[in-house]
Amino acid sequence: MIKFNNVNKWYGSFQVLKDCTSSVKKGEVVVICGPSGSGKSTLIKCVNGLEPFQEGEISVDGVSVGAKETNLPKLRSQIGMVFQNFELFPHKTAMENICLAQIKVLGRTEDEANTRAQELLDRVGLGEYGNKYPSQLSGGQQQRVAIARGLAMDPIAMLFDEPTSALDPEMINEVLDVMQQLAKSGMTMMVVTHEMGFARRVADRVIFMDEGEIVEDATTDDFFGKPHSDRAQEFLSKILEH
Amino acid sequence: MLGDFDFGVIVTALPYLWEGMQLSLLLTGLAAIGSIALGTILALMRLSSIRLFQWIGAVWVNFFRSLPLLLVIFWFYFLVPLIVQGQVDAFESALIGFVLFEAAYYCEIMRSGIQSISRGQAWSGYALGLNYPQTMRYVVLPQAFRNMLPILLTQTIILFQDTSLVFVVGLADFMTSAVTVAQRDSRLVELYVFAALVYFVMCYFASLYVKTLQKKMHR
Amino acid sequence: MNYNWNWGILFEEPYFDWLVSGVEWTLFVSAVAWIIAFSLGSVIGVARTVDSVPVRAVATAYVELFRNIPLIVQMFLWFYVVPEMVPDDLGRWMKRDMPFPEATSAIFCLGTYTASRVAEQVRAGIESIPVGQRAAGLAMGLTTIQVYRYLLVPVGYRIIVPPLTSEFLTIFKNSSLALTIGVAELLYQARQIENYTFQGFEAFTSVTLIYLVLTMIVVALMVRVEEKTKIPGYGIQKDK
Repeated sequence: MIKFNNVNKWYGSFQVLKDCTSSVKKGEVVVICGPSGSGKSTLIKCVNGLEPFQEGEISVDGVSVGAKETNLPKLRSQIGMVFQNFELFPHKTAMENICLAQIKVLGRTEDEANTRAQELLDRVGLGEYGNKYPSQLSGGQQQRVAIARGLAMDPIAMLFDEPTSALDPEMINEVLDVMQQLAKSGMTMMVVTHEMGFARRVADRVIFMDEGEIVEDATTDDFFGKPHSDRAQEFLSKILEH
Repeated sequence: MLGDFDFGVIVTALPYLWEGMQLSLLLTGLAAIGSIALGTILALMRLSSIRLFQWIGAVWVNFFRSLPLLLVIFWFYFLVPLIVQGQVDAFESALIGFVLFEAAYYCEIMRSGIQSISRGQAWSGYALGLNYPQTMRYVVLPQAFRNMLPILLTQTIILFQDTSLVFVVGLADFMTSAVTVAQRDSRLVELYVFAALVYFVMCYFASLYVKTLQKKMHR
Repeated sequence: MNYNWNWGILFEEPYFDWLVSGVEWTLFVSAVAWIIAFSLGSVIGVARTVDSVPVRAVATAYVELFRNIPLIVQMFLWFYVVPEMVPDDLGRWMKRDMPFPEATSAIFCLGTYTASRVAEQVRAGIESIPVGQRAAGLAMGLTTIQVYRYLLVPVGYRIIVPPLTSEFLTIFKNSSLALTIGVAELLYQARQIENYTFQGFEAFTSVTLIYLVLTMIVVALMVRVEEKTKIPGYGIQKDK
C-alpha cells in the first residue's frame, strides 16, 4: 500500500533522510521509533507530500507522491493524518472540523457529512461533544476528534505523527485505545511514537530510525526479542525502563 | 474673548455638517473594505513562494509608506480624470487613492496575522486534501482576521482621521464643511474647535471600544 | 491620453528655485518639529511610567488628546484658533509681528502631535524592561530618579531606536500638511508649479522622487544609528 525507496532529503546542506527504503502492506500497522532528530517525523510527512524530498520514490496505492503530475490534494484526501499538536481548527466546532473537508473536498452534502461526523464522534467516545470548540476540550478529547476528522475522509491509510507526545499522562490511554481499535478494524497505519507498549501490543512491524537512516526494520516479535543493531538495543534499553 | 463664543452658528450649521460627516463615514467605510481586501492580497503575495509576487508586494508597501498621503491624494485627483478622459467625481479619485495607499498599511497587519497562525494549521488543512485557496479561505485567513481585529480596527480609526485630508481637493466631507461654514460666517474659532471636539469624541470612544474588544479576546 | 510632456520645465527658473525652496522648508519644519517632539515626547513618555497617579493621568490625557484629532484639524487650531485664545497682546503679536507665522504654527503643531507618538514609544521601551531591573536598582539604594537616569532611560531609548526612526519619517511625511496653512514646503511647490505650467505630471513625479530619495537617505542614516545603539539580546520587533 505504501512503498518508499531510497528516499533522500536535505535541508540545505544537512541530510535528514538517508536512503530510506521500506513498505507498509494493506492492513499492516507499522510503528516508527527512534531518538529525537532521527528524521521519523520528516519521513512520515513525506508520505503525504507535506514535506518535499529530493531523491527517491514514495508511492501510496500505486500513486507516486513525488511525481509532478500527481494531484496532491486528491492523494492527501485519501490519507488521514493526525498531528502531535492535534491542529484542530480553533474557530470551528468539533462537528465543523470533521465536516469541512468532507464537504469541500469530497463534495458530500451537509447532511451526509453531519451523519458521518456523528458516527465517528460516537466511535471515538465523544458523541455528545459535537458542538464544543477545541478550547473547551481536553488534549485527549481534541486528539480523538482529530482522529475522527481524519477518518471522516474514508482514507485508505492513516499516518500518526507522535499522537500522544503532547498529552498529559492520564489522557494517553484514551487515545491509544482508539488507535488500537482502529488497527483491529483493519486500517493500514504508520505511527511515529515513543509508546513502546502500544508498539508491542498493536504493531505488526517496527522501524527504528537514527540520524536519518532506517537502522532496523523487523516484525514486532523480532524487534523486541532479538534486535540486531547496537543502536536499537541501546535505544530500547533506555526507553523500556519506564 | 471666550464670551464671544457663538454656539448658535454651530447649531444652525448642524444639518450641513452632518452631510459632510456622512461623506466622511462613507469614504472611510468603502476605503476600509477595499484596502483590507487589497492588503490581504498583498500580504499573501509577500508570503508566497513566487519571487515575482514577493517583489511586487514589497515594492508596493515600501513605495506607499514612503510618501505623504496628501501627495497620493493629489496624484489621483490629477491622474484619474486624465486616464479616464472625462469628468470623474473627486470622491472616486480620492477613494482609489485611499484604497491603494492604506492597503500598504493593512498589508503589514495581515502579514503579521497570517504569520502568527502556526504552520501546523495549514498542514492539517492540506493533510485533509484542501488545496491552497481552500486552506487560506477556511483555515488560515479566518483565524488571522480574528486575531488581528483590534489592530485592523485601530488602523481604520486612523483611516477615518486621514479622510479629513480630502479638504485639499474640495471634497465636501466633515472637515471641508466645517471650514466652509467657518469662512462663510467668519466664525473660525467656534467651528474649528467644534470639529476637533467631534473628531475627538468619535475617535476616543471608538478606541475605547477596541480596547474592551482586546480585553475580551485575551481572556 | 492628451498631454504635452515637458520635463525640461522643472529645471527652468523660477520653478527649479521653487522646488529647492520647497525642500528647504520641508527639511527645516521637520527638523525643528522633531526637536520639540523628541524632547516633549520623552518627558511625557517617562511621565506615563511613574508611580504617581496624577502625573500619569496628565500624560495620558495629553496622548489621548493628540492622537484622536486629525492632524489637519490640529494645524487649523494652531494657526487660526490659538492666537484668539491667548491673552490679547500675545494674540496680536502672533497675528501681526511674529516672523513666519505659518511655519511657526506648523512646527508647533507637528511637534506636539508627534510628541504624543514619541511618548508612546518611550513608554513601550521603558515598560519592556523587566520589572526586576527597577527593583534591583531600588534595592541597591538608588533613588527613583537615579533608577530612571542610569537604568531605565538609557536602556529604554536604545531599544526604541527602530520605532523612533519611523516617527521621524512620519514627521517628515506629515510636514506636507503644512501647505494647508500656507507653508511653502515641497508639496505646496508642486501644486504651484502645476498651477502655473499645467505640467502636473512632471511636477508631481519630481516631488514623488524627491520624497522617495529623502526617505531612503533618512532610513539609511537611521540603520547606521540602529547598528551603533543595538544592545545584544534586546529588541522590540520593528514592522518595516
